[in-house]
Amino acid sequence: MAAATAETAAAVRGSMTPLSYRVVGKRRENHDNWTLELEPVADAIDKIGPGQFNMLYAFGVGEVPISTSGDVEKTGTTLVHTIRAVGSVTNALCAARPGDVLGVRGPFGNQWPLDAAVGKDLLIVAGGVGLAPLRPAFYHALAHRKEFGEVTLLYGGRTPEDLLFRRELERWRARLDANVAVTVDAATTEWSGRVGVVPKLIPSARFDPEDTVAFVCGPEIMMRFTALPLVDAGIPAERIYLSMERTMRCGIGLCGHCQCGPTIICRDGAVYTWEYLEKWMGVPQL
Amino acid sequence: MRTLDALIVESPVFKGLDQEQLELVAGCGSNVVFAAGERLFREGDQADTFFLVRHGLVALDTDVPNREDVTVETIGPGEIVGWSWLLEPYRWHFTGRAVELVRAVQFDGVCLRKKCEEDPVLGYDLLSRFAQVLVNRLQATRLQLMDVYGRGNS
Repeated sequence: MAAATAETAAAVRGSMTPLSYRVVGKRRENHDNWTLELEPVADAIDKIGPGQFNMLYAFGVGEVPISTSGDVEKTGTTLVHTIRAVGSVTNALCAARPGDVLGVRGPFGNQWPLDAAVGKDLLIVAGGVGLAPLRPAFYHALAHRKEFGEVTLLYGGRTPEDLLFRRELERWRARLDANVAVTVDAATTEWSGRVGVVPKLIPSARFDPEDTVAFVCGPEIMMRFTALPLVDAGIPAERIYLSMERTMRCGIGLCGHCQCGPTIICRDGAVYTWEYLEKWMGVPQL
Repeated sequence: MRTLDALIVESPVFKGLDQEQLELVAGCGSNVVFAAGERLFREGDQADTFFLVRHGLVALDTDVPNREDVTVETIGPGEIVGWSWLLEPYRWHFTGRAVELVRAVQFDGVCLRKKCEEDPVLGYDLLSRFAQVLVNRLQATRLQLMDVYGRGNS
């Protein structure tokens, strides 16, 4: 019993101790989003999977959960995270330069259930910076293209200038084996793409609702307004997966900051089915 | 060659109309093509038509003084452009512009209003269908207004 307790305490200590990672690459995605590439200074964390996140620590400022946005099958021990500069910690992370050292804990949370989509159509719906956590799943689908039926990415942003991964989106749109549609909420007449909310793209997307798995990530209200038409289109609620975001502190389910109903998002999520979330998203202030 | 009634029945708006109703509606329509950049209609003009987009993208633009013109929405294949023909004062609220080559069915709203008045069953059915289009646009506009991707929301 004492040995087990000591083992648990050691595991908690381990997952609470950041490892040092050096910034080896930095790319500006738009006016307030940056992608950082991090390499371990010494020990590396376990391999991260699509949908999982790390706690990134700007020393002396604080720690925030950031999902992986890289091609996890190709990047080895290098971590890729896309960060929106919105607060003191994320501003500090985005201000980091190549050579700077950050702290990393993780990986935490569950993964996009790509195995559940094998043999089915895969429909990915992203809103705003929600494309970053979904990009590893899309990379996977493209790398294992034959395992899936139709592969579709629907992406909505605020304005054309706010879109993430512009060049990559253009490359993906040019592919003949994937369907990519992009829309923005507001644009001038210079923009030659679609204008309107991302759920509006669903009726013209190619998928067989009875044989489709959907991944959705974005602001909570966008996910709710997306899940409902997906259900209306005939996709069962248990095959619609959403990634939840809440204030996270410990990352290992101890502090309870990110509780969602009977579950703790950092430990049991962040990816849940709509079947589970519909009830809890309907609870005010939860 | 497919007849207009066979074309329009594929649109969600007209899906489920019986053959007689389809022929009545199609009797007010004709195929049209717009080159990229061409205007379908202008804000403030008399709205006596509407369009079912078959191919391409139509932008609804508005002129904002001291700012660049704004596109408030784009409408793609299978969707309806225009409901102003249905309700007084029958004026376009936005300018319709072909973003790319657009193929559409253009309907004569005056002709269709007359048929609706003569056949209240058809009139009620069409009004219900266009009300659904309006509701969908209203909900989408509300979501746009929330600025869900703005700072503090994502």
